[in-house]
Amino acid sequence: MAASATHHVIDAVWRIESARLIAGLTRIVGDVSAAEDLAQDALVAALEQWPQSGVPQNPGAWLMTIAKRRGIDALRRRVRLERKQQLIGSELQILARLDQSDLAAHVDDVPDDVLGLIFMTCHPVLPQPARVALTLRLLGGLSTPEIARAFLVSEGTIAQRIVRAKRTLTEAHVPFAMPGRDELSGRLAAVLEVIYLVFNEGYAATAGEHWIRPTLCEDALRLGRILAALMTREPEVHGLLALMELQASRLRARIGPRGQPVLLADQDRGRWDHLLVRRGLAGLRRAEQLSRTLGPYTLQAEIAACHARAPSVQATDWPRIVALYDGLAALTGSPVVELNRAVAVAMAYGPQAGLELVDSLATEPALGRYYLLPSVRGDLLTRLGRQAEARSEFSRAAELCDNDRERELLLARATYPDLASAEHEPKHRPPA
Amino acid sequence: MRFMVLVPGSPESEAGEMPSTELLEAMTKYNEELVKAGVLLAADGLHPSSRGAKVRFQGSERTVIDGPFTEAKELVAGYWIWECGSREEAIEWLKRAPFGGGVEVELRPIFDPGDFGEQLTPELREANERLREQAAGQR
Repeated sequence: MAASATHHVIDAVWRIESARLIAGLTRIVGDVSAAEDLAQDALVAALEQWPQSGVPQNPGAWLMTIAKRRGIDALRRRVRLERKQQLIGSELQILARLDQSDLAAHVDDVPDDVLGLIFMTCHPVLPQPARVALTLRLLGGLSTPEIARAFLVSEGTIAQRIVRAKRTLTEAHVPFAMPGRDELSGRLAAVLEVIYLVFNEGYAATAGEHWIRPTLCEDALRLGRILAALMTREPEVHGLLALMELQASRLRARIGPRGQPVLLADQDRGRWDHLLVRRGLAGLRRAEQLSRTLGPYTLQAEIAACHARAPSVQATDWPRIVALYDGLAALTGSPVVELNRAVAVAMAYGPQAGLELVDSLATEPALGRYYLLPSVRGDLLTRLGRQAEARSEFSRAAELCDNDRERELLLARATYPDLASAEHEPKHRPPA
Repeated sequence: MRFMVLVPGSPESEAGEMPSTELLEAMTKYNEELVKAGVLLAADGLHPSSRGAKVRFQGSERTVIDGPFTEAKELVAGYWIWECGSREEAIEWLKRAPFGGGVEVELRPIFDPGDFGEQLTPELREANERLREQAAGQR
């Protein structure tokens, strides 16, 4: 096999094995930073050896063996360098665990290890951006440049963010373990938040020249599926996965041939991904079977399901969507949810009813610089025939929007308010 | 990137014999691994070809041929649908499957509707959309 072909295979093996490898090593050495270093050492060894020797039969076990051997070497070297008589107790324990030859056993109990690692990388001791970067790096198998590209920041910034995050985890002695019953729901919420944040950055990029980045959505979906397989009894885990699958089902209908956003009302519903719709609806049923009271992700998945089941915008069950938003608003108290609710109210009961709700949100500080507030307002004003006011709302929305593609659409509507319809809006056709 | 993995039939699958408990265990474990890695989207097994049929198209003529069909290894006995980051990753996953005895298992990338390009004209697209609306109305 040519060296470059082997490198593609090594990339693939790394994507499959890295999370389990790092998780297993973290359990053994107790420190995520040291574990990642050992895993990286093993990767380097693979890059050196596999092009000549070929890919081993069991690449995961091979990587684990090398990583453990490097760990043992490093500990022994420290004895020599620091002229210690012997290692301290905890180091001896690590050495003993690294020295265990029972490889198969380690490969077998990995699922729990991966779960332990997720709760570690999403630990509340870390700031949000650090949780995201570390999770993508250690669980998603993404490289630092890939993460930097995804979040449009420099590689140096991401590298530093990851180094600091690992140091924080070490200094705070964050244990490698599942959270206890008492703190599980809060800790799980933090994990779900990280995954959904990654998904959203792919689904509607907050900045940059692309409106959607499907690979980020895929990374989030993969994390969501892993979590759903490991925490089968948690309704909100299934709720989040259902929400992401239902939203992702629309991804390929969501951009036009020139990369421009295509909003829900204008999408060719035949291009929706029906396998994902089916999976999303099944996941939603599972979430609802597991709990009588629906959590915020399950409620959002319910809303997404209303769209997924509807053959057109006009045939959508808008009153039901309003009711679901009522529940979501009561649960979250989020002004962004209130804004979405206003859009649904406009669809169900007319633009004037929607506009009154939007206007009541105008003084909400959290929405002060949120571009969708003037965008929604402009849209409702257009439908009420108040074009001059609509234009200035779209101009204001364009000013506040950081995504190039979405801004283009808003600027176009600032000139021609009727040009395109906004999310949830029926299609406006020019008179024949 | 989505892939379909086509599992070929065997004399046993064609005879309607269920796989051994041992093989079922190995396959369950493998499927679990696929699920826990977020790779498996869908999977199904197919009944033997004796319960199936073929329709031959010749001009305006339609000839129905009842199963079973010969050449078990050319028949599909089941499939998986996987989501993987690359073709190499799909191949790595397939290499871990508990098959043996010289069986060859095929892996094919699945078309995205966008891949049909110009062949799928706006008229065809619209027709497909209408069909979907009708199908949705029947649910």
